[in-house]
Amino acid sequence: MYISHLWERQCLCCCVNSVSLSIPLPHSLSVSGIIAKELSSLEQEIQELRASGTTLSSEPEFEMADIMYFCRRGVESIVDDEVTKRFSAQELESWNLLTRSNFNARHISLRLSVLWGLGLFIRYSFLLPLRVTLAASGIGLLVVLTTIVGFIPSGWTYLSEKIHLMSYRICVRSLTAIITYHNSENKPKNGGICVANHTTPIDVIILANDGCYSMVGQIHGGLIGVVQRAMVKSSPHIWFERSEVKDRHLVAERLSNHVADKTKHPILIFPEGTCINNTSVMMFKKGSFEIGCTVYPVAIKYDPRFGDAFWNSSKFGMVNYLLRMMSSWAIVCSVWYLPPMSREEGEDAVQFANRVKAAIATQGGLVDLLWDGGLKRGKVKNTFKEEQQKLYSKSSINATGWPLK
Amino acid sequence: MGSRASTLLREEEIEEIKKETGFSHSQITRLYSRFTSLDKGENGTLSREDFQRIPELAINPLGDRIINAFFPEGEDQVNFRGFMRTLAHFRPIEDNEKNKDPIASEPLNSRSNKLLFAFRLYDLDRDDKISRDELLQVLRMMVGVNISDEQLGSIADRTIQEADQNGDNSISFNEFIKVGNFLIFCIFGNMNYYLT
Repeated sequence: MYISHLWERQCLCCCVNSVSLSIPLPHSLSVSGIIAKELSSLEQEIQELRASGTTLSSEPEFEMADIMYFCRRGVESIVDDEVTKRFSAQELESWNLLTRSNFNARHISLRLSVLWGLGLFIRYSFLLPLRVTLAASGIGLLVVLTTIVGFIPSGWTYLSEKIHLMSYRICVRSLTAIITYHNSENKPKNGGICVANHTTPIDVIILANDGCYSMVGQIHGGLIGVVQRAMVKSSPHIWFERSEVKDRHLVAERLSNHVADKTKHPILIFPEGTCINNTSVMMFKKGSFEIGCTVYPVAIKYDPRFGDAFWNSSKFGMVNYLLRMMSSWAIVCSVWYLPPMSREEGEDAVQFANRVKAAIATQGGLVDLLWDGGLKRGKVKNTFKEEQQKLYSKSSINATGWPLK
Repeated sequence: MGSRASTLLREEEIEEIKKETGFSHSQITRLYSRFTSLDKGENGTLSREDFQRIPELAINPLGDRIINAFFPEGEDQVNFRGFMRTLAHFRPIEDNEKNKDPIASEPLNSRSNKLLFAFRLYDLDRDDKISRDELLQVLRMMVGVNISDEQLGSIADRTIQEADQNGDNSISFNEFIKVGNFLIFCIFGNMNYYLT
């Protein structure tokens, strides 16, 4: 009864492939890829080319067939690449009765359509209005109460914490988010930075439901701006003006000052810088890892069967996205608090960031990618191409002592 | 159900593509979703920019040439048929195809068609000859700035010397086939698909 994409995992045995290196595929590729990519490096493949060649010379020389390495890699990436599929919703193995998850919408059977229609009715006429009301009251309470507490002289942080937690709990209920927190003993403490993988703006609500954090971000106009300004009256969040965002020193300074003060809550940062679709973790920006305080990694994994939580900002605006969230079945997710990490001797910020990223990816069952999330909107830098060219020149053409005929 | 109905592939089209390229039904539908996900303009065709949006292809030194191979002469858009036709060159040769009716036209993924594909990566002006300049161009794309002009020139000269048999200082398709190891094209010209 399901519309399912059945990926059969038989590799087509190619009679000629006996020469290629057969490297076992990592788990991630075998689950969702179209083609079986072999993960040998440029040097290894060029050596293969040479080994099965007819030249007797032991020195590396150019062969006309060398283009085939790049050619195959290129066509493989056209058929299936690791990056572009991270910026759109994850495909499901079986349908969850939401039209939005169904990429090949076609009529399968009457019973399924009736079920779908019933689901639609329940979701839009019952669940959605209920949730919208709850959300509105949650946000309204947050704004009103934090403003009131702001008038009370300092020392009422206890009250402020309670208010924040209460409003977030209402918001979480309004989304019907069913959250499981694991390893709460590792919850972030004051004077540290909490880093997590970013899928949606709702990540903030999900984490803030269980503890108090200081948010970092850009001040917006409109309703969000009102909420931001209200929040900062009762507890120290770090909001930046648009012009200040580019100034990295200013940002680092404010963050350092905040963590130095042990009475302030841990800072919540999403180092990817953009929303990714929860199948992978992309490059972490090193800014927050340069500050030198304890980092508390958190892994968040959504269950895509109940509703797709990913915010595709190029496709949907915020309001549209929230409506879609509130008309899904539910948002089911798991949050793992990982043991705190600090920068080790001899490790620079980038290596530290990668270490944290690997820990989060392993815990959440996500693919660990080195690619920058900024590729959602921007072009890839030319330096990567130049690296490939350099590697090829070194391994396949003997650049020194070339025998001239 | 939903606005995607207009972008669905019709059964007849799938059958035609199957006959032309030899891909199976499930492979074709899977590659169709890939095609539509690359097609940001949602107009049923891909442009060169759509391909260049793939980061792994953008950093490939031969990326531009590979993209070029998808576009028919002088055109800027490729539709799904054209897309599949080019991909068909990389389909592995299967055992059950070897005993096919010899009168039927050669399949797209035959050895000589794979070699022709590679030949055309070099031969930009499609005059059926790889001149010294064309060879140099491809070499330069692959090595970037890491090798000097003179060295590159001598590599090109040596390659042409080895391959050229009729003395016209360029490499024709027949000379190309004999150069080096054409078995390599078959090994590297194959991609293993998970679907059958």
